[in-house]
Amino acid sequence: MIEVRDVYFTYPTGVEALKGVSLTIGDGEFVAVMGQNGAGKTTLVKHFNGLLKPARGEVLVDGVSTRDMSVAKLARKVGFVFQNPDHQLFCETVEEEIAFGLRNFGFEAATVEKRVDWALNLLDLTEYRKTSPFMLSGGERKRVALASVLAWDPKAVILDEPTIGQDHRQKENLRQFIVQLNGQGKTVVVVTHDVEFVAECNPRVVLMSEGKIVAEGEAKKTLTDTTLTLAASIVPPQITQIFLGLTDFGLPIDVIDVSEAKRILLDYFEGMKR
Amino acid sequence: MSVFEGFRFRRVTSPIHRLDPRVKFLYVLVMFVVAIFFTEFLPLLVLFFLQMPFVFLAGVEREWLRSLRGAVFLVTLIFVFNFVFGYFYRTYPTGAALLEFSLAMSLRFLVLVESFSVFFLTTSPDHLSLALEQSRVPYEFTFAFTTAVRFVPVLAEEAQTIMDAQKARGLELERGNFLKRVRNYIPILIPLIVSAIRRSLELAEAMESRAWGASSKRTNLYVLKMRLGDFVLMALSIMFLALGVYVHFFVSIPSLSQFLPPFPF
Repeated sequence: MIEVRDVYFTYPTGVEALKGVSLTIGDGEFVAVMGQNGAGKTTLVKHFNGLLKPARGEVLVDGVSTRDMSVAKLARKVGFVFQNPDHQLFCETVEEEIAFGLRNFGFEAATVEKRVDWALNLLDLTEYRKTSPFMLSGGERKRVALASVLAWDPKAVILDEPTIGQDHRQKENLRQFIVQLNGQGKTVVVVTHDVEFVAECNPRVVLMSEGKIVAEGEAKKTLTDTTLTLAASIVPPQITQIFLGLTDFGLPIDVIDVSEAKRILLDYFEGMKR
Repeated sequence: MSVFEGFRFRRVTSPIHRLDPRVKFLYVLVMFVVAIFFTEFLPLLVLFFLQMPFVFLAGVEREWLRSLRGAVFLVTLIFVFNFVFGYFYRTYPTGAALLEFSLAMSLRFLVLVESFSVFFLTTSPDHLSLALEQSRVPYEFTFAFTTAVRFVPVLAEEAQTIMDAQKARGLELERGNFLKRVRNYIPILIPLIVSAIRRSLELAEAMESRAWGASSKRTNLYVLKMRLGDFVLMALSIMFLALGVYVHFFVSIPSLSQFLPPFPF
């Protein structure tokens, strides 16, 4: 779906944000891009829908270089939900907000209506249909932003820091929602600092540091490898930290899932009893 | 945003940076007034080159060039308007005179941009607010002014993010006729204004919680003091103003077009 070939990118201010990044994201894959602030995560994903064009190397979306396509054309395939919903909400009603993208892509009026209903329902926003997006809470605004992108049903969706400013319940809802979307075959790319969130989602993890990819692989492998997490300046999930402290007891360290951890520990205690 | 770039302060030191901002402002005002005196090409050309030593002494050539480049569009506009209207109203005896006048008007604008850009490039926002404050401008105004200056780059960055966000929703800014294009900016402007208002409310709250305005008499850690260089620049500026007045009223300035063949209209 998305192929990044040895991409370099430098901002006009002279900051070298990407230094030779290569990455392939398959159809229907679920990928989390992680790393410290300024590692180049957002810069990388902005290449996926052509907001940024590589200085060297190339980015292919469905086999076509992003250099040869406008952002509007690419956005039809690759939806991008920005970190701060306030950077995109401007309409008088939630309904209008969701219809905005659909109209830009030239959907017919009847289809727009149908898609808006669908998206409102999808993110549980139907009761706010006629409300001004500026009157909604932070979490609701975030959902409106997400609905306004999912409405045109892009093949892939990129979420920049989706968990920031969300309470635990909203985060859990979001996680289930993303997993469900991915289950329906949508390619999902999440940019985040939230290790616990990633541990619960269990996607393929791409760790970045200083404009380079330092590691990629299963969440279970990458998030529990202390040399890798150190290189990307992230802290392993809390569950893993417990197991990292229990190595003397012969317990495994590659544990990120709470229920798995419970099972291992219970087995261990059972063994002790006998 | 290139015009803003040409006015953005970069923290370096040079003899020009160290000058008292009030005196520098006097110098800018003198340049401004003298430039307005003249409509002839030659004196404006002198004014233009006269300021070059300041630019080099301050070491801001690159930024200064950028501000001039940013002004190119307006300069061209000024030239075209003067030339076209001068042509239709036949205010000038010859085509060469008209050409010279139009060029002079464009150059006058460049001189103004040049002097203001030297001022803003070599005066830190802190210095600027000090100068305003010690010229007895009420602190509320001073603060509002410097905050506005400081937030220009922040807003520019935010505008870029908003543009990206809307482009990612299929907005094409360059599509459609003129009216449509103007309407295309609504999805950019509304979030920008909303977030600017939100930001200012937050700033106000943050400032009040840090006791802004608690004491009516403010003191400053740094107090502006005139030094030798400042007096020299002040004297030079005043002398230059006097010279400008003298030349304007008592010296007849040769016109370049006298040396050109008078091409017909």
